[in-house]
Amino acid sequence: MQTIPINTYNSPTVILELIYRLKVKDVMTRKLVSVPLGTTMRAVQHLMREKSITGVPVVSGTRLLGIVSMDDIIQALDFGHIEESVELHMTKNLIVLEDDMPVSFAISYFDRYRFHRFPVLNKDKELVGIVTTRDISTRLLWEINHEVENLERMNLSTKVTDGLARDVQSFSILKHDFENAGFASTEIKKKLKQRDVFPRTIRRAAIASYELEMNIVVHSNGGRITAEYGPEEVVITSEDTGPGITDIDKAMEEGYSTANEWIRSLGFGAGMGLPNIRSVSDEFSITSTPQGTVVTSIIRFSELERKRSAKE
Amino acid sequence: MVQINELASKLGYEVHAMANPAIQIAHGYTGDLLSDVMGNASEDSVLITIQAHKNTVAVASLIGIRAIVLCNGRTPTEDMIQAANQESVAILGTDDTQFTASWRIAHLIGAS
Repeated sequence: MQTIPINTYNSPTVILELIYRLKVKDVMTRKLVSVPLGTTMRAVQHLMREKSITGVPVVSGTRLLGIVSMDDIIQALDFGHIEESVELHMTKNLIVLEDDMPVSFAISYFDRYRFHRFPVLNKDKELVGIVTTRDISTRLLWEINHEVENLERMNLSTKVTDGLARDVQSFSILKHDFENAGFASTEIKKKLKQRDVFPRTIRRAAIASYELEMNIVVHSNGGRITAEYGPEEVVITSEDTGPGITDIDKAMEEGYSTANEWIRSLGFGAGMGLPNIRSVSDEFSITSTPQGTVVTSIIRFSELERKRSAKE
Repeated sequence: MVQINELASKLGYEVHAMANPAIQIAHGYTGDLLSDVMGNASEDSVLITIQAHKNTVAVASLIGIRAIVLCNGRTPTEDMIQAANQESVAILGTDDTQFTASWRIAHLIGAS
């Protein structure tokens, strides 16, 4: 009996959210091996061996009529029906899932019924996939890995203790200087690498600093990027000399951009800069007047990274 | 996973820069908006794009994109090639559209 050792009532919240968010169509196998009416049980037996599968849907077009399981094959062998047509010996009393159901449904179905697989139908009752416990556990493991990674990052990055003297690097950035754009962020990246900061953290700092740099190049009259390296975090600040952002709330919206055509043709001005910075920062702030805009992004190190950089 | 020189030869893509032919490509990302690429592309990716200028290399090296495929017959600027050699980011070129390049490359990454 195959069951999935996750239940739908008292699992951790992260898991519950996961099994309600994921739909059957996200986990099911779409590549189907099926047979039409009139196929012999023998042919299905060969097909199973050839494809290493244990259940074959019997269809007429996209309509599901039944399933031939390994059990049906054994029965047919036992009773000498193996050369007969599938419609005589397939399982017709089927329990099906709908592709839009949450995975939690599939899990409780596997607990409740003895089947090893459920056919999946869409709204129009067409057969679109098949789902096994293996499909579900594989996808769940994958998602859980991802969630744990996120939790790890958050837990470790919120601890703060007071620190020592800080290195400070400062880079001046010119208006429309696409030629040297990326220099500040490359230097910041190098510096963090020397301090043995984790690649994931470096990536966040690189994204924040590059977007800040590009904002100065694209939108401002020129300015400066400063990076302060503390024992627990790097603080990246961008200051420019105007002309300021008229509507900060709008500027924080994904996809909103004031960039002109030629800047867009270079691949900038997608309206993702500030939202990207905010999403990679542990702390983010922005103030703007016509005299200038100041954006601060703080990227914290995890506990392990702090230990490593303290050894320097 | 596919090695970059293998990708180039199997798909018949032109090599503009390849400081390290042993680079392994595990993922891909297709896009021309560099901020979108920055925010979403995975490490060890190949970037499929039409942005044939130096800033693309900067974005790539910052977030760990290992190779850039320039589509629709676009050719890199001289300073882009220089930057790519410095940063060990490969640049390939093709007449394929981004759609075609994406599925062909996806097939290679998946198949090996």
